[in-house]
Amino acid sequence: MFTDVRVYPERTVFASIKGDIDHHTAKSIRTQIDRTINDSDPKLLIMDFSEVTFMDSSGIGLVMGRYKLMTERGGEVIISEPAGYIKKVFQLSGIDKLTKIVSDPTGYIKEDVDTINEEEQTNEAKAY
Amino acid sequence: MKRKPINKMKMIFPTYSENERFSRSAVSSFISQLDPLLDEISDIKTAVSEGVTNAIVHAYPDSIGEVTIEVKIYTDRTVYIKIKDKGCGIEDVKKAMEPLFTSSPDEERAGLGFAVMQSFMDKVTVRSRPAKGTAVTLIKTLREKEQ
Ligand SMILES: Nc1ncnc2c1ncn2[C@@H]1O[C@H](COP(=O)(O)OP(=O)(O)OP(=O)(O)O)[C@@H](O)[C@H]1O
Ligand SMILES: [Mg+2]
Repeated sequence: MFTDVRVYPERTVFASIKGDIDHHTAKSIRTQIDRTINDSDPKLLIMDFSEVTFMDSSGIGLVMGRYKLMTERGGEVIISEPAGYIKKVFQLSGIDKLTKIVSDPTGYIKEDVDTINEEEQTNEAKAY
Repeated sequence: MKRKPINKMKMIFPTYSENERFSRSAVSSFISQLDPLLDEISDIKTAVSEGVTNAIVHAYPDSIGEVTIEVKIYTDRTVYIKIKDKGCGIEDVKKAMEPLFTSSPDEERAGLGFAVMQSFMDKVTVRSRPAKGTAVTLIKTLREKEQ
């Protein structure tokens, strides 16, 4: 289980969580996200749930914890693309009143064309 | 429950956190013979995960113990699940079941496990004795299949 955490321009971090979120997996997801928060000091953390396959109340703890951390730093959290059954758990916790839940996060991410091209070139170079 | 179940199963496993995923999947595949709807499966999986995680996190805080899960299914599509541990028990069950109550806030626990069980199942019963253990019973009657 890994979380794909990417840094975008304008201090935006996009964390794509994959697989099941439970007590067993929450700790490593948390560590991976917090490492990037500490390294890149974002003002916006987008937590992407589009590839989450299961979530119990450990997921509420995970989002609440990141919400507290980001609020302390003067930043914001957005929850992106949770499936219906995950949304149900969020609504029960009331966290949907503290953070935005969006079905399409692209408007919040500014792609940096230069960096992306550079990355592609490095990948091509590696292929040889 | 007075009637005879049409099928039942029992499983015992140690409180390793790896077993959270295994146990909810095992229960979900056992009840699949009732052909439940997707949202019923995810409700039951989530409730089982809450009960099992509580046994793993709270019942045996500094050791590895055992969790027993019994599942029974009935002709009227009722699913009966009992999650039992022989851990530390709960001093005040009423207080423990209050939404947002948690004995371990420093571990990023939301205190919503029982609230999730209650909202996703028809009935939740908790029996507990300090130093003896806890048994959580989850009951849900699945919707009739449309012919
Ligand atoms: N099997 C158990 N043995 C001992 N104590 C328990 C058990 N189950 C629950 N408790 C007690 O009841 C409290 C509330 O449980 P609940 O599942 O609602 O919240 P939580 O586990 O603390 O947080 P969350 O489930 O949101 O991560 C726990 O903090 C714990 O003190
Ligand atoms: Mg719990």
